Amino acid sequence: MRLIYKFLQNSNIQFDTLFMATDIIIHDQKDNVGVVVIEKITPKQDCSCWIMENDSTIKIQSMDEIPLGHKIAMEDLNEGDTILKYGHDIGKVVKSIKKGEHVHVHNVKTKKW
Amino acid sequence: MEIPKSFLGYKRENGRAGTRNHVIILPVDDISNACAEAVANNIKGTIALPHSYGRLQFGADLELHFRTMIGTGSNPNVAAVIVIGIEPKWTKRIVDGIAKTGKPVEGFHIERTGDIGTVMKASKKAQEFVMWASEKQREECPISDLWISVKCGESDTTSGLASNPTVGNLMDKLEPLGVHLCFGETSELTGAEKVCATRGATKEASDKFMKTWSSYNDFILKEATDDLSESQPTAGNIAGGLTTIEEKAFGNFQKIGNCKFVDVLEPAEEPKKGKGLYFMDTSSAAAECVTLQAAAGFNIHLFPTGQGNIVGNPIEPVVKLTANPLTVKGMGEHIDCDVSKILSREMNLSQAGDKLIETTLKVANGRLTCAEALGHREFVMTKLYRSA
Repeated sequence: MRLIYKFLQNSNIQFDTLFMATDIIIHDQKDNVGVVVIEKITPKQDCSCWIMENDSTIKIQSMDEIPLGHKIAMEDLNEGDTILKYGHDIGKVVKSIKKGEHVHVHNVKTKKW
Repeated sequence: MEIPKSFLGYKRENGRAGTRNHVIILPVDDISNACAEAVANNIKGTIALPHSYGRLQFGADLELHFRTMIGTGSNPNVAAVIVIGIEPKWTKRIVDGIAKTGKPVEGFHIERTGDIGTVMKASKKAQEFVMWASEKQREECPISDLWISVKCGESDTTSGLASNPTVGNLMDKLEPLGVHLCFGETSELTGAEKVCATRGATKEASDKFMKTWSSYNDFILKEATDDLSESQPTAGNIAGGLTTIEEKAFGNFQKIGNCKFVDVLEPAEEPKKGKGLYFMDTSSAAAECVTLQAAAGFNIHLFPTGQGNIVGNPIEPVVKLTANPLTVKGMGEHIDCDVSKILSREMNLSQAGDKLIETTLKVANGRLTCAEALGHREFVMTKLYRSA
């Protein structure tokens, strides 16, 4: 591991792109939320997000502690905005959300029922 | 992976093949459960299927009762059937329905004989049936003899992200080989209904789907006393990160991969349009849905779960898979196929689909599922409305 690290330091390859696991998965490029896929992320954690649709990686800093399977806002969202996941409408924002915050039943509601 | 062309199944009189070789004791009604259970206790290797209904039902609800009873007895996973009811007429109707498959079936009614006399007569016949069935050997059957039903439960975001798409990947790979496939859960497609409708193979199938979904949705809106926030999503779904019914629906919908459905079935209705994918109008409650799919003739079930649903069925083996590593860690005894490595990206979807195909074939060949080993035999009839 030390040797690999040394080798990487002397090369142009970023250590974290090779070894940093995916923390968040995003289904579709259009989505404004991602799903935490590690046991939890903690506030101010720099997270690596993998977008499945186009196999690209982006970064985000979390604001909240968010457990496995729960969603994180990928951008600032205002009351009335639509949450997009799988590239589709999955509900509306009922309390404004900052980029990096936890997105769940406390700030998003169904448009059905 | 090269997909095997066959599995080892039990060939039945009507040309279907079973993945199991059960002899069942089927009560026609609630009050015949005691008799059916006594027979199953007397004769080892038989299973009683107690349930709560079968008296004073009428109209479409009664038709569904008969369809579920006859369909369950007719399922190719069942070698022979003892039917026990209080009255001769409805008992005979079920016996006659099952007899059309050509398998051994015999009915007993309790009126004028009592429990003890009925248990004695039915036990003698059940012993004969189970000893006859135990001689049956598994034979090579084409993979197209698999009728695979799917339903997810205790879903969370890992379901939509990984375990449901794994089932979708299996469907994409097995559909061209001529298998029958079935998905249901009408209410849990709410929010994704318009996208789902576009997956009808014909305009007729799409229209039939929208009609079915709208009617279920109207019923829910009529009966709902609140916004259904206690039921859809469930507390387990919410704990797992699912926020709305729409999010749950799009996750649910991943189970059918890129397949198109050829027809829409009534609850427990047998598919009649040949191989391919079918949508069945079912409740989204796990045991009710699997019971209806088994009654339609499906012989193996795939059940992706997030937070860890534990459902089983007495005649149709239920294969569980999950992508949630915490579920694998905490309740691994319920998980037949672990695809949690998708989340850490150590496994891709196609590899997960292959792994699920391997597990499915092992179970089809006779390996017990976790639910079978743990004794899960949930047989739950769907009831449409109050009895007369």
